[in-house]
Amino acid sequence: MRNSTSAANNLHDHEITTIHERQLQLRPEFKKVFHVKIQKRKKLFQHLFYFLFRLAAFINFAALAIIIYFILSNGLNAITWEFLTKPPVDSMTRGGILPCIIGTVCLSICSVSVAFPVGVFSAIYLNEYAKQGFVLRVIRLCINNLAGVPSVVYGLFGLAFFVIYLEMGVSIIAGALTLGIMTFPVVIGSTEEALKAVPDTYREASTGLGATKLQTILRVVLPTALPGILTGGILGISRAAGETAPVMFTAAVFFSPKLPSGIFSEIMILPYHIYVLATAGTEIEATRELQYGTALVLITLVLSMNLIAIIYRAKLRKKTKI
Amino acid sequence: MWFTQKKKEKFMHFAFFLVAAASVAALFMITLFLFLEGIPIFEKVGFTEFLFGNYWYPTSEPADFGIFPLIIGSLAITIISALISIPLGVMSAIYLAEIASARLREIVKPIIELMASLPSVVIGFFGMVVVAPILQDTFDIATGLNIFNASLMLAFMSVPTICSLSEDAVYNVPVNLKEASLALGATQLETIFKVTLPASISGISTAVILGMSRAIGETMVVLMVAGGAAMVPESIFDPARPLPACIAAEMGEAPYHGDHYYALFAIGIVLFVFTFIFNFVADYISHKYKQTGDATL
Repeated sequence: MRNSTSAANNLHDHEITTIHERQLQLRPEFKKVFHVKIQKRKKLFQHLFYFLFRLAAFINFAALAIIIYFILSNGLNAITWEFLTKPPVDSMTRGGILPCIIGTVCLSICSVSVAFPVGVFSAIYLNEYAKQGFVLRVIRLCINNLAGVPSVVYGLFGLAFFVIYLEMGVSIIAGALTLGIMTFPVVIGSTEEALKAVPDTYREASTGLGATKLQTILRVVLPTALPGILTGGILGISRAAGETAPVMFTAAVFFSPKLPSGIFSEIMILPYHIYVLATAGTEIEATRELQYGTALVLITLVLSMNLIAIIYRAKLRKKTKI
Repeated sequence: MWFTQKKKEKFMHFAFFLVAAASVAALFMITLFLFLEGIPIFEKVGFTEFLFGNYWYPTSEPADFGIFPLIIGSLAITIISALISIPLGVMSAIYLAEIASARLREIVKPIIELMASLPSVVIGFFGMVVVAPILQDTFDIATGLNIFNASLMLAFMSVPTICSLSEDAVYNVPVNLKEASLALGATQLETIFKVTLPASISGISTAVILGMSRAIGETMVVLMVAGGAAMVPESIFDPARPLPACIAAEMGEAPYHGDHYYALFAIGIVLFVFTFIFNFVADYISHKYKQTGDATL
């Protein structure tokens, strides 16, 4: 009996069933033992793997929690009213980050006003007008590729095209256009999801009442999908606010004594400020607190926008399901 | 009324199409400008010499433009981070799609989305000030800013991509396949490994490729954490200088239309080609092995 069980243990599952059956034919008295052994082993494996799966999900959660905890616990001390409302002084070793906050807000709003219309229009075309075929396939492939192009390559493109070729210089407009091209795939994604969630019966009812395609889109489909589309806009803003590499050469500078005066002025932004303070500042260790503080402001900005979008979208999804 | 409804319809249809085609134009312009600014370096340095040259000294006299150490650095970091992020991402996806209760799923999924939205500079900063000293102390090494640290941080960045895309794939496996398997007497774990995973393997591979593509192009993390030494690394605790980090670190000082400037754009081309291949393969897999109903299994 001992021999037969250890042999069964070494074999793969599908072989077990055949050997198991043969053993049963030869010695019916082992039936019970086999069943119990195999089932126990299977149960053990299932518990083990389920534990591993749970562990994996938990590790993700823990990593996020640890990062946020470190930034929060070290950054909170730095946050004062002065920190938020004064420009940096003494070659950025003291003072606040007001120009960076204003710069980040300006830049992300400008870039989303580029990305949002383009993204929404594209999504309407893709979802409402386009027919399956070569053209659609090419456009989709291009959008997927745009979403996959590394951010630093966008930076290179922005530098060569907007900053140098179109002579915009290092400016908000050059950075916003670069970021706009980078974020509009995000807007397309959310808008398409929102448009798909509009039931076809709405479109049919509208057409049935005599409305044309354009009227249907403008008066029925878009108003219904509007909340979902706006969510895409919010996600676009938050993406633009957190990016560094594409704006390093196109919009952001180490230090600028003035607040931005127009779309052609260069700016300071939060992510680049963190990078500069942490790697190239005059006193890296002494400004640790400022770095944590800036990081805290940045993730508060980005995560709160994302959280709003996520919660909002979850609500919308529930609504459309009913 | 020379703007009749019919004309308006046609005009708007065309306008929508034109805007959608802007993505094609944008991709074209990016490619065009990368090549325009990158190609001139190959008049100075041969193509193979550029790709396989062992020395990257762009500012010395005479300058050396060999990006082999940078490519190796990028690949090493991407592969090690994939070794961490693929199991983590796919296992969490299985947990979310198959094991977690609906309630828990609704809490965990947004957390993964939040992970994806953390700015890369914050993750790089975390790696620099928190992880690096810990690594330095525990492994007793010269610097905590090395390939291992960068891989850890990059894995954190690509897990959300891998997880949410594979979760979609696993979740969309038809229920009757699983039910059939369970009815034949398979346990739930056997069903997951022998039915659900094979059925969703195309979606999972797409997710993995896109995750790796994101990792290879990620800039701020490797710029801050990888250490920045342009030499072929010998162990995972050596510093490296991956392609994106090199561009980001040196573009500020490269004189306009000098050799260094052209060389950095040429690195951009290499990076662009890498991610283009990744995306193309992902697109190919997801179209070719598309799961349509039960019939394709």
